[in-house]
Amino acid sequence: MEPHLHRPSGALGGGRRDRAADFARGVPLLGWLFGALLAVLLESFFGRDLADFLDLPRVPVLFGFEYALNKPRLIPGTLAFLFLVYALPLLLGARLLRGPANRIARLLAARAPGVALLLHLAFLYGILHLWTEVSDYRLIVAKITLIAVMLTLSLNVVNGFMGEFSCSHPGFMALGAYAGSLVTIVGFTNSAMFGAALLPPALGPVFFPLALLLGGAVAAVGALAVAIPSFRTRGDYLAIISLAFTFIVKSLIENLEIVGGPRGLRGQPDWANLPVVFVCTVICVAMINQFVRSIYGLGLNAVRDNEMAAEAMTINTRRTKMVAFLFAAFWAGVAGVLFAHVLRYVNPGTFGLQQLAEVLAMMYFGGLNSVVGSIVGAVSINLLSEMLRPLEIWKWIFIPLLLILVMIFRPTGLIAFREFDPLAWIAPRDGNGSRERRENSGEGK
Amino acid sequence: MTVFLQNLVNALQWGSFYALIAIGYSMVYSILMLFNFAHGDVFMTGAYIGCGIAMLLLGLGAAGLLVLPGWLVLGLTILLAMIVTAGLGMFIERVGYRPLREAPRASAAITGLMIGIILETGNLILLGAQRVKFPALIQPVTFELGGVFLTNQKIMIVVVALGLALALHQFIRRTRWGMAMRAMAFDYAVVPLMGVPINRIAALTFALGSGLAAAAGILFGMAYPVLDPYMGIVFGWKSFVAAILGGRGSILGATLAGFLLGFIEIFVAMVFPSTLRDFIAYSIILLILVFRPYGLFGEPYSVRLRL
Repeated sequence: MEPHLHRPSGALGGGRRDRAADFARGVPLLGWLFGALLAVLLESFFGRDLADFLDLPRVPVLFGFEYALNKPRLIPGTLAFLFLVYALPLLLGARLLRGPANRIARLLAARAPGVALLLHLAFLYGILHLWTEVSDYRLIVAKITLIAVMLTLSLNVVNGFMGEFSCSHPGFMALGAYAGSLVTIVGFTNSAMFGAALLPPALGPVFFPLALLLGGAVAAVGALAVAIPSFRTRGDYLAIISLAFTFIVKSLIENLEIVGGPRGLRGQPDWANLPVVFVCTVICVAMINQFVRSIYGLGLNAVRDNEMAAEAMTINTRRTKMVAFLFAAFWAGVAGVLFAHVLRYVNPGTFGLQQLAEVLAMMYFGGLNSVVGSIVGAVSINLLSEMLRPLEIWKWIFIPLLLILVMIFRPTGLIAFREFDPLAWIAPRDGNGSRERRENSGEGK
Repeated sequence: MTVFLQNLVNALQWGSFYALIAIGYSMVYSILMLFNFAHGDVFMTGAYIGCGIAMLLLGLGAAGLLVLPGWLVLGLTILLAMIVTAGLGMFIERVGYRPLREAPRASAAITGLMIGIILETGNLILLGAQRVKFPALIQPVTFELGGVFLTNQKIMIVVVALGLALALHQFIRRTRWGMAMRAMAFDYAVVPLMGVPINRIAALTFALGSGLAAAAGILFGMAYPVLDPYMGIVFGWKSFVAAILGGRGSILGATLAGFLLGFIEIFVAMVFPSTLRDFIAYSIILLILVFRPYGLFGEPYSVRLRL
C-alpha cells in the first residue's frame, strides 16, 4: 500500500545522539521511572530547602521558566536546582538501578505483561502525584495537559488516521462538557440555578463515571451530524460542515437560557481530581491505541489513502467513517466533561475558534497518524504555553513561529506514522545492549 | 416591505465584505489547492494599513502640505493599502506556503493559522490594546427612497466591491496572467512545462487576494469605524465558509455565496432574535451542503483534492 502522505525518513538523526545513547544503553523504561521517582521524591523532601539555599524565591514550578525568563539573575540558581533535583537523580537513578529494573521488567514481561503495564502506570502516576503535590498550579497544569492529550488523540483518529480535516472538536467537547455538568450540578449539588441536589452528594463520586459516559455519549450522538454528511462528501466540504457544526453548537448553547446562556455554567463539584483524570487518560490512550492498531484502524488508513480502493477491498467505508467519528467524538466529550470539572466553570465562548486552533495545532505539531505523536504534541504545546507565560504577549509570536518551523521542516509533524506498542516500550533493555525497536511504521504490517 | 428593502440594502453591504474576502480564499484555493487561513487576518491588517494611510493623508492635508479632495483621499487610501497589503500577501506566500507546496495540505492550513496569530499579536504589540478609530473620509449623505434609507457610503461600498470583483473577473478572463492562472488551476503539474512561472503566478494570486482583502478592510472600516486586532478571525472563518459554499475555486461562486451569507445573516436577524443568527445561518449552510455537497458552483471531487 503506497502511503499518500510524505513519510519523514528515520527518527531523530544519528551522530550526536550516540554519546547519549551510550549512557542510556541498557536502561529500560522502568529504570527511567525509578530515576524520575527519585527526582520527585528529592524535590518533595528537600526542594524548598534547596530553593532557599540557592536564593530562589520558591521551588521552580515549571522548570523555572516562570520567573527565570523575567529575572535573568536567577538563571544560574535555577539551572543548579534543575541539575541537582531533576537531572542528576534521574540519570544516576536510571543508571544505577538498571540492573534490578531490567530484572523486574524481564520477569514481568515474560509472565504477566498486563501486570507489567499496570506497574509502569502505577509508577507514572506516583511520579505525577508527587510532582503535582508541590503546588496547585502544577496540579491544574497537569490535569489540563492530560485532558489535552485525550482531545488531541481523539482528533488524530479523524484527522490523522482517517485523513479528514474535521473542525468539530470544540463542538463535541462543548456537548460533553455541558451534558456532564448538568448531570453533576442538577443531581448532586445545591445550586442557585437548579435548586437542591436530587441525590445525596455523597453518592456523587460513584456516579461521576456515569456522567463521563453520558457526556461522551451525547457528544457521539452530536457527531452523527458530521458523520452522516461525511458519506457523501469529504475534504474541504466536510471541513466546512464540521466547522458549521461547531458554530451551531456554540450558538445553541448561547441561546439556551436554561443552561446559563452566554454566562455559562458554574459550580461543578470538584470530582475531577488527578487520579480520575489520569485513569481516564490512560483508558483513552489504551482504547484509541488498540482501535487504530486493529483491523478497523487499518480500515481508517485505507479510507484515507484511497476511498474507492478501500471500498473495493470490502471495507465498509460508511461504517468505518461512522465508527471513527463517533469514537473520536465520544472521547472528546469525555475530555469535555473532565475539562468542565477541572475548571469548575464553562461558558460557550470556551468552545470557539481559539479552542479549535489550539487542538489542531497540538495535533499537527505532534504528528499525523501517531498515538505517541499526539501525546508528545499535546504535552509539549501545553507545557510550553504555560512555561512561556512570563513572555506575556510575545508568547504568541514565539509559539506560532515554532509551529511554522516544525511544519516547514517536518510537514507531517514531529512523530508521524509511528505505531505505539506499549509492550515494546516496557521491554527489558539488557539483551545485547541495544534497544529493541518494535515501533515500526503503521503501514509495515 | 420597507423593512424588507432596508434590510436588503444592509445585506448587500454586509455581503460585500464577505464576498471580497471569500474571493481571496477562493483564488488561492483554485490555484494552489490550499486554504489561506491567514486571510482573515490579512483583512484585519489591510484595514489597519488603510487606516494608517488615511490618517497620513488627512494629516498632510491638515498641515497644508498636500490638500486633496475627500474622494481622492479615499481612492488613494484604497489603492495604496491594496498595494501594501498585496506585498504582505506575497511575503506570506513566500515564507509560509511555498516551502509547504508538496506537504500535506493540512500542514499548510496550520501554518496559515499560525501566521494569522502572528499578525494579530504583532498588531497588538505594535499598537497596544486600545481600539483604533477609522477616520471618516467622505461626508455621509443620506437619501430617502420610498422609506428606505440609503447612505452614499453604503452605495459606494457595494459599488466598489462589485467593481473590484468584476475587474478581477475580467483580469482572469482577458489577460495573459489570468490565462496562466486559469491554466494552473486546471493542471498544476503540466503548466510549468508550458513555460509558466508558477512561483510568480502563485505570488500574484496571493497579491490579488490580499489586495481585495485590504479593500474589504477599508470598506469595513468606513462602515464600522472601530478596528480591533481580532476582528479578522470571525470574518475570516465565515468567508471561508462562503468560499466553500460557492464551490471550489469558483470566483463567481465565492462572490455570490458571500452575498448569500450576508443575506442569510441579516434576514435571520430580522425575523428571529439576533442571538440566534449564527445558529440558523449555519444550519442553513449545513443543509445546503448536505444537499449540494460540492457547493453552489463546484464539481465533484477529483483525486488531486485531498487534505
